[in-house]
Amino acid sequence: MTEAEILSALHPIFQDVFDDDDIVIDADTTAEDVEGWDSLAHVNLVVAAEQRFGVKFRTAELESMRNVGHFVALINKKLNG
Amino acid sequence: MPELHWLPRHADLGAAIAAVKAESDPTRRLVQVMQLAGYQRDFTHTTRLDRVANKVLEGPDAVDVMRNAGLTPQRIAVLSSHTVDQLVPAIRVAGLHRRLALSVHVVPYGMYRQVLLGHDQQLNDFAPQLVLLALDARDAPLQLSLQATEQQVNEAVETRVNELRQLWRSARERFAAQVVQQTLVPVDPPVFGSYEGLVPASPYAIIDRLNSAIRSAAREEGVLLMDLAWQAAQGQYGPGLGDATRWHQAKQLVSPELAPLYGDHLARIAAASAGLSRKCLVLDLDNTLWGGVIGDDGIDGIQLGQGSPTGEAFVAFQRYANLLAQLGVILAVCSKNDTAVAEAAFNHPEMVLQRSNIAAFVANWEDKAGNLRRIASMLDIGLDSLVFVDDNPAERDIVRRELPEVAVPELPEDIADYPACVAAGGYFDAVSFTSDDAARGRSYALNAERKVAMTQATDIDGYLRGLEMQLSATRIGAAELPRSTQLVNKTNQFNLTTRRYSEAEVERIANDPRAIALAVRLKDKFGDNGLISVVLARPDPGVGASELLIDSWLMSCRVLGRQVEQAVLEVLAGLAVESGCTALIGEYRPTQRNGMVAEHFPRLGFEPIDTPDGAERAASFWRLDLHTNPDTQHFIEILIS
Repeated sequence: MTEAEILSALHPIFQDVFDDDDIVIDADTTAEDVEGWDSLAHVNLVVAAEQRFGVKFRTAELESMRNVGHFVALINKKLNG
Repeated sequence: MPELHWLPRHADLGAAIAAVKAESDPTRRLVQVMQLAGYQRDFTHTTRLDRVANKVLEGPDAVDVMRNAGLTPQRIAVLSSHTVDQLVPAIRVAGLHRRLALSVHVVPYGMYRQVLLGHDQQLNDFAPQLVLLALDARDAPLQLSLQATEQQVNEAVETRVNELRQLWRSARERFAAQVVQQTLVPVDPPVFGSYEGLVPASPYAIIDRLNSAIRSAAREEGVLLMDLAWQAAQGQYGPGLGDATRWHQAKQLVSPELAPLYGDHLARIAAASAGLSRKCLVLDLDNTLWGGVIGDDGIDGIQLGQGSPTGEAFVAFQRYANLLAQLGVILAVCSKNDTAVAEAAFNHPEMVLQRSNIAAFVANWEDKAGNLRRIASMLDIGLDSLVFVDDNPAERDIVRRELPEVAVPELPEDIADYPACVAAGGYFDAVSFTSDDAARGRSYALNAERKVAMTQATDIDGYLRGLEMQLSATRIGAAELPRSTQLVNKTNQFNLTTRRYSEAEVERIANDPRAIALAVRLKDKFGDNGLISVVLARPDPGVGASELLIDSWLMSCRVLGRQVEQAVLEVLAGLAVESGCTALIGEYRPTQRNGMVAEHFPRLGFEPIDTPDGAERAASFWRLDLHTNPDTQHFIEILIS
């Protein structure tokens, strides 16, 4: 999977978690840009992504997650080494 | 990933949820959410369903919509030592699946002591009916070194459990709420390996002792358990319970992906305490109770009993059904077979279930949906009390489509897994267990015999006289409290007001010296029907000072049509006159289920009166002047104790 493919696979997860079909995400999207992206939704996103991609994020990685681009890069690193 | 594996899979749940959102009628939208809640669903789908339902339940017509959809409202407060916000949508959706509209109030985690021992206006205003104390092993660790002696450990455990008792009593006294205590899931990695359990103060041994002590104390105090520790030990939650990453990240004991299962475990306790547990297990025969087809293979050809692994597995499933019968679940049979052939199979020497255990036996070649309707009417119970177990996926599918009220577990391929699957569905969760329960299935079977006797009697009076009925009425005291409360909470049809009460609330009413709170039992020549009716009559500011309001009057449908209500009125009126009352005030609150008693009070000679101020507008009120003798014709001998 390329980073672009990971980003488009993340899109329906965001749609589901925020229950918003019109949501738009790109690499620069942060929690401030999305209504309802609080700490609870953040854990939900992480868990949904773990299930979708079959990966597990480390505690330290969760702490350092800054934006969607960083999220994509982390998944990419886990999938493609 | 542990799923709601006993529920059927939906072909495209995401699209179905989107379609429900487009539905404009709020009742239809809610009913559709309830149906989708009955499919396997992960936590994101569950959260989306919750949002759709909330829009309806927070709307202007919520009360009507809830009633039209057949939902019982209930308020649950969750007091926890860890984050639980991620679980709330799943608790509500599981409630919808189990016919409850749950309002959930979450107290910020770690605040449970302050809130229960001090004062919390928000919680007071919320007035919870159920209080869940969701604690975990990391909360308030006992301050013990690994070297602590057995006695030191026991003392520390006792101190901790006494503190819990204080909290339970406070919740019960302040809110008259049913308390539910979550057991502590062991999350600490072992220190000693297999030697762990032999060291009194090892992390695992301490939690294990605490849980044992919590279970005994809960039993003494009338507290229910959410036994998460036990469910975790059975592997129901997989490895995600107490996941260290989720704990450090968000103080979650239960990860979001486990929320649907956790929500269902709590909702089934809530449903049981609201009288919404299922009552009857309907079993298919061929390839469900035994291997093979009795009509083709004959009694010597079916697989049942020791000697073959498959035969043993069918015996194990029958044993499980037999245990359910002892807990009070009614057993019925619904099979495509000739009746005589099917009944003869019960002569097989390895059969665990006996023909006499089956309260309704329907074997014919008609469609199963129609036969399930027939079984419900034979037993005088609703379709929503049935659980249908059939190995044939096509039959399951048809019944689900024709009768959405009937629960139909999606069975695994292997008969060996049937008991675990039926158990996992949590259909028959109990909130009490009394000696009457084991006899209940038999009593439904006797009722079927009474029905036959009735068709043979030439006149109804002769039939009733011939039953030689004896009714005993007892003022509700400690001995009658559990079973009376159970009946109050599970009776839906013959129930004038459908008020649900905890044991504490029933006790509070019964302890009023002016109140008349009766537990009524009925015997006849066929056997003991057990406790069959409860009446709670009490003074009320809305009625005259010398009048009693009949707050609750309910009766088991097993004794319908036998003039028991006339006999009960005679007892009630007699006791009321003795205590100086001049009139009884009856109240009828209509629900979806209690239409059969709409004319109850006028039939007994009560006169209609205006609805008092502050009472529910849909309710009707009735008055019986005690200066005149009530019209109570019956053929029942009365004993008052």
